[in-house]
Amino acid sequence: MSGSMQPRAAGVSRRAVEVVTASAFAAIGIVGLWDSSRIGAGWGTDGPQSGYFPFWIALIMTGASLFTLVSAWRDAGPDETFLTRPQLGLVLSILAPATAFVLAIAWAGLYVPAALLIAWFMARLGGYSWRAGLLTGASIAVLSFVTFEIWFLVPLPKGPLETWLGY
Amino acid sequence: MEQLGLLFQGFAVALEPQNFVLMVIGIVLGVVIGVLPGLGGANGVAILLPLTFSLPPVSAVILLSCIYWGALFGGAITSILFNIPGEPWSVATTFDGYPMAQQGRAAEALTAAFTSSFVGAFFAIVLITFVAPAVAGFALKFGPPEFFAVMFLAFASFVGMSRTAPMKTLTAMMLGFLLAAVGMDTVTGQLRMTFGSVELMRGFDFLVLVIGLFGISEILLSIEEGLAFRGKQARITLSTVLRTWRELPRYWAISLRSSLIGCWMGITPAGATPASFMSYGVAKKMSRHGADFGKGRIEGVIAPETAAHAAGTSALLPMLALGVPGSPTAAVLLGGLMMWGLQPGPMLFVEQKDFVWGLIASMYMGNLVGLAIVLACVPAFAAILRIPFAVVASTILVVCAIGAYTVHNAWFDILLMLVFGVVGYVLKKLDYPLAPMVLALVLGDRTEQAFRQSLLMSQGDVAIFWANPLVATIMAAGIALLVWPLANWAWGQIGALARPKITETP
Amino acid sequence: MKAVTRALAAMTLAALANPAWAQATWEPTRPVTIVVPAGTGGGADQMARVIQGIVTKHSLMKQPMVVVNKAGGAGAEGFMDVKASRANPHTLLISLSNMFTTPLATGIPFSWKDVTPVKMMALDEFVLWVNAESPYQTPADLVAAAKAAPATGRLKMGGTGSKQEDQIITAALTQATGADFTYVPFRGGGEVAVQLVGKHIDATVNNPIEAVSHWKSGALRPLCVFDTKRLPYTEKVTATQGWSDIPTCQESGIDVEYLMLRGIFMGPGATPAQIGFYTDLLDKVRGTPEWKDLVASGAFNQTTLKGDEFKAWVAREEERHRALMQKAGFLAATN
Repeated sequence: MSGSMQPRAAGVSRRAVEVVTASAFAAIGIVGLWDSSRIGAGWGTDGPQSGYFPFWIALIMTGASLFTLVSAWRDAGPDETFLTRPQLGLVLSILAPATAFVLAIAWAGLYVPAALLIAWFMARLGGYSWRAGLLTGASIAVLSFVTFEIWFLVPLPKGPLETWLGY
Repeated sequence: MEQLGLLFQGFAVALEPQNFVLMVIGIVLGVVIGVLPGLGGANGVAILLPLTFSLPPVSAVILLSCIYWGALFGGAITSILFNIPGEPWSVATTFDGYPMAQQGRAAEALTAAFTSSFVGAFFAIVLITFVAPAVAGFALKFGPPEFFAVMFLAFASFVGMSRTAPMKTLTAMMLGFLLAAVGMDTVTGQLRMTFGSVELMRGFDFLVLVIGLFGISEILLSIEEGLAFRGKQARITLSTVLRTWRELPRYWAISLRSSLIGCWMGITPAGATPASFMSYGVAKKMSRHGADFGKGRIEGVIAPETAAHAAGTSALLPMLALGVPGSPTAAVLLGGLMMWGLQPGPMLFVEQKDFVWGLIASMYMGNLVGLAIVLACVPAFAAILRIPFAVVASTILVVCAIGAYTVHNAWFDILLMLVFGVVGYVLKKLDYPLAPMVLALVLGDRTEQAFRQSLLMSQGDVAIFWANPLVATIMAAGIALLVWPLANWAWGQIGALARPKITETP
Repeated sequence: MKAVTRALAAMTLAALANPAWAQATWEPTRPVTIVVPAGTGGGADQMARVIQGIVTKHSLMKQPMVVVNKAGGAGAEGFMDVKASRANPHTLLISLSNMFTTPLATGIPFSWKDVTPVKMMALDEFVLWVNAESPYQTPADLVAAAKAAPATGRLKMGGTGSKQEDQIITAALTQATGADFTYVPFRGGGEVAVQLVGKHIDATVNNPIEAVSHWKSGALRPLCVFDTKRLPYTEKVTATQGWSDIPTCQESGIDVEYLMLRGIFMGPGATPAQIGFYTDLLDKVRGTPEWKDLVASGAFNQTTLKGDEFKAWVAREEERHRALMQKAGFLAATN
């Protein structure tokens, strides 16, 4: 996407992101239009039907995003950098472990992935030793466990380890 | 002055050593609950409810209502420090509170927030003390059309705020409305935009989205600029509190106006969230520095916090006097009242004077004690900002995940939070304003519901929205607020057009 | 552990009358979750929290009890969740009528046969209310007025939710009398009662507990109760009337009867020993003074059923809901 002709730092083009975002909104709007007309988007005898408001909202949204899309497309000015390569790397260094964390919760429960996430952040991004990271992570996980599961009786996702411990 | 006598009896009850200790415990617990996004006031009250059966009803309700006050105070802390609103009514506090923290003025923002909360709550309690029965009568005048008019007014006071690309503002707001519409339509029971998915039937919960849009995206934005939360070098001592206090009296007009907005919205009962948005919007429109709002104006913290707490407190009035809970927390409290053998409703003020006045007295005391406790902790809260980013960011991620999960006990919501974190990050960088989107997300559903209930009642006749003086007045005020900036702008345009013409005439 | 064993032994002895419980040697090994397929503060939620409170206060169970709300899609979320927790004896479901109405109205793949009925705790009554300042003294007055109203100004009936119990009763009322009402849905019973006090609507079918304080204060007037016999609570609520003074709707010539289930269910695949444990636990809950207070303040119908009788009752009730909703046109298109 990054054209070498443009006078900007290497990275993600702002115009490209602008176009993708606007298209995504337009697509969501069209899905909304389709579903609303399916359930009835008219004005019944007792006021608007279920799909009336969503229909008009989706219509306005589609229109507005198409406008943004076209003006981004036709914008003749120089393109800007949305995100430089090093910045992208930094953002991904957080986003990737965060995604792994969220996916892991589904089968390993919340506490173990939480401890590992904190350890990873401290060791990889914070420059701490793995020992310090794991120790901090484990203590925060245990603290949350005690607070939520035992003290406030709020059940959070639990995995094999918690089951093994009898929770 | 029968009320004053009863009130002093109430103070005697609230100041009994046992009750006072319970009050302090309640406030501290409440602040903890308010700070952790995974726990709301409703959780705290529900969990402690069973433990209160052995206490006398007055002591029990003092404990539980103090948890409620504590949670109200606590909600502002994460909004200001991390841009993560723990409760819906703290969203507007982030608009200026978080920029202040970034500029190293976290302690100032926290002090202003806590003090304003106290002022708002105090104003509402005085109102409850002296005009309770009359005010309860006013609440009865609000049917669906009036409720819609109030919501319309809240929107009207808020729109026209951002001066970024109008098409992007429109898109963001419509996205908020559309997301709010997903799930079951309460008026007809029809499922909308769920596509057969049970996960979507739940709808998009406001808190899940806001935690992602505001909290997670902020972490991504800060890492982009290097590994640090800005403003961490600020030195914070208790003297900052005193310095901020010396400045606050200057904003008495905003406080008074916000308290009035809050009480009105609390009683009607539209609630604390629209109150905070409306108050922020009005403060911005009336201010000479309106353009600087959102960049760290202290008024932008004072206005929403005062209104939210005035509303949160005055919302207890319809609960006690009419038996309608204004919030989930109030609903759990209401259940508690019944368990203690008290029937909330119009007869409570007549049959259970000791209880009612003990509770009202405990509101005064509880808020005062709460203010003292949270202010004393301001340096401690602000010191959190000095913890290294790697620890704070990962802990915030974990706490946000817990918060998103507990809203509906659903893993899907954690995923949603992460997705909206990325969405929020991209939108912020592309200058899509998030405030209108969040406003639409919070109020969209209830506004549509009120609109359609009204039309059901009138069998499709829109004249119901100006059928009586009350609803017509509110609608007119809303239209005036909408038209005012437009008219201002048009006036300016006409002036600009007219002047050159004059010079051209020979 | 000794105390538990002793308690269990006592429990077993107490249960000897029923041979099925004789081998009830199971007890929960981790916290027990009650899933509420409705929001915080509603009738089912209140009952779940009262049960939680009673169990905690009287130490009826060694493990803690946790209440979890799963209200999405009119309870669909909660039902699907319990359906998915097969052979998990630590999840309970407290149900109301939406156990029948939600699957029928939305077409979600759930039926009561997907869960295990444990015990009916009580039945919730419905009362026809009007504003005390309105001219309607009897149900017949209201019906006559509704019939006389022009098509453009129909009387307004307020209720909780859409295509759920309140609207079903309204539809049944129309079918029985021929009087048309405009049904206006609100979010909760308390709100409905206040709308009636404020005269924004003309009548409601609120549960007793939702409207009693307004009756006491003289703002509302009960016209009739949707049960086959009058309520047993004779204590005066107002100066002149108690619950037992309200006529049944059948007495007043309106042949509509409706009671709402308040029952406890387990997930699929529960063993008899597990069902036995909870049946016994809930029996003890019903014996406490706190429970009796709740039942009296809400004027509940104290019918309780368990085992096969309960199953048969639930099956009958589902059929009845299907018939009622079919007549009213509330069934999902897919059914």
